[in-house]
Amino acid sequence: MSAAAIIPHDMEPHPVTGMYNGKFGIWLFLASEIMLFGALFSTYVLLRMGAEDGMWPKHGAEILNVPLATFNTVVLITSSVTMVLSWAALKMGDVAKGQRFLGITFLLAGTFLVVKYFEYKEKFHHFEVFLNEPMAVEGYQEPLKGIRGHFTADSPKLEADAKTGAYAIPEYVIIEPDAPHGTHEHPKPVRIESAQVKRISNFGPRHSNFLATYFTLTGLHGLHIVGGMVVILYFLLTGSTFAKKNHEKYVNRIECTGLYWHFVDLVWIFLFPVLYLL
Amino acid sequence: MSLKAFHVFFVAVCMVFAMGMGFWGIRDFRESGMNQSLYLGVGAFAACVVLGVYGVWFLKKLRHFSYV
Repeated sequence: MSAAAIIPHDMEPHPVTGMYNGKFGIWLFLASEIMLFGALFSTYVLLRMGAEDGMWPKHGAEILNVPLATFNTVVLITSSVTMVLSWAALKMGDVAKGQRFLGITFLLAGTFLVVKYFEYKEKFHHFEVFLNEPMAVEGYQEPLKGIRGHFTADSPKLEADAKTGAYAIPEYVIIEPDAPHGTHEHPKPVRIESAQVKRISNFGPRHSNFLATYFTLTGLHGLHIVGGMVVILYFLLTGSTFAKKNHEKYVNRIECTGLYWHFVDLVWIFLFPVLYLL
Repeated sequence: MSLKAFHVFFVAVCMVFAMGMGFWGIRDFRESGMNQSLYLGVGAFAACVVLGVYGVWFLKKLRHFSYV
């Protein structure tokens, strides 16, 4: 047997599966991915159904930034379009055009991650002060069990425990509450004494089950985007040479990448309404 | 299933999603009165139409490509 073994059905369809082996492999991989995300979606449903009153937001839009996520959705849908156009151009023999569309797909994926970074960053600078007793806040119809907002400059700096990451409660805090849903006017800053405070948390994963699920699902999705970007970058760098050596094989590789990329975008299409709208 | 078939499925799912978001936006506008929700809702309905037009264009452009 020669050192460079020939892999059968690398380009031509396998008689049993009806497709080349690479495509069959990527579909098997995507099936395992469906099980992974399916399990996480089920976890979300169970946690939400089992949450006590007031422990889960009415809908994610109360906490999360819907316009930013909508923008990201448009970016991802567009990236799927450019991905399939890249494959189509390559299949029709236009390597330069195919590589151009692949480059645009890479840039769109990068845009998605940059926007996600700003969305995450905002969450870590946004706080909620959980109270022992509900407190009346200007602009809100009912007394609040927790006040959400940003600490003012004259509020004492919070210190997090090195081991647990939980914030120590200072003597007092001054917080500018968020505008009530449906308005843009922030109530005046509120001073809260330590005796009234049960817990302080930013909107990171430790805030609540909802945000823990949000960060797990979107974080895992983000990692898949990074993985896709690595593959796309590889083909951007090596594509022209690869296509010259074996055009059909290169087209097949791009098709497999495109199948993965569509799956990742499809996951986001389900994540967005589940986390942000419902 | 080829990338062509998966893309057609993807566009169809996006259209359903866009329509759902359109209804969500209108409902949220009625409840909260926020113009932002109205814009998102109308934009989502428009996106649904754009996706439909794109889908037809895509099918015509790639009519010789296999679904398998």
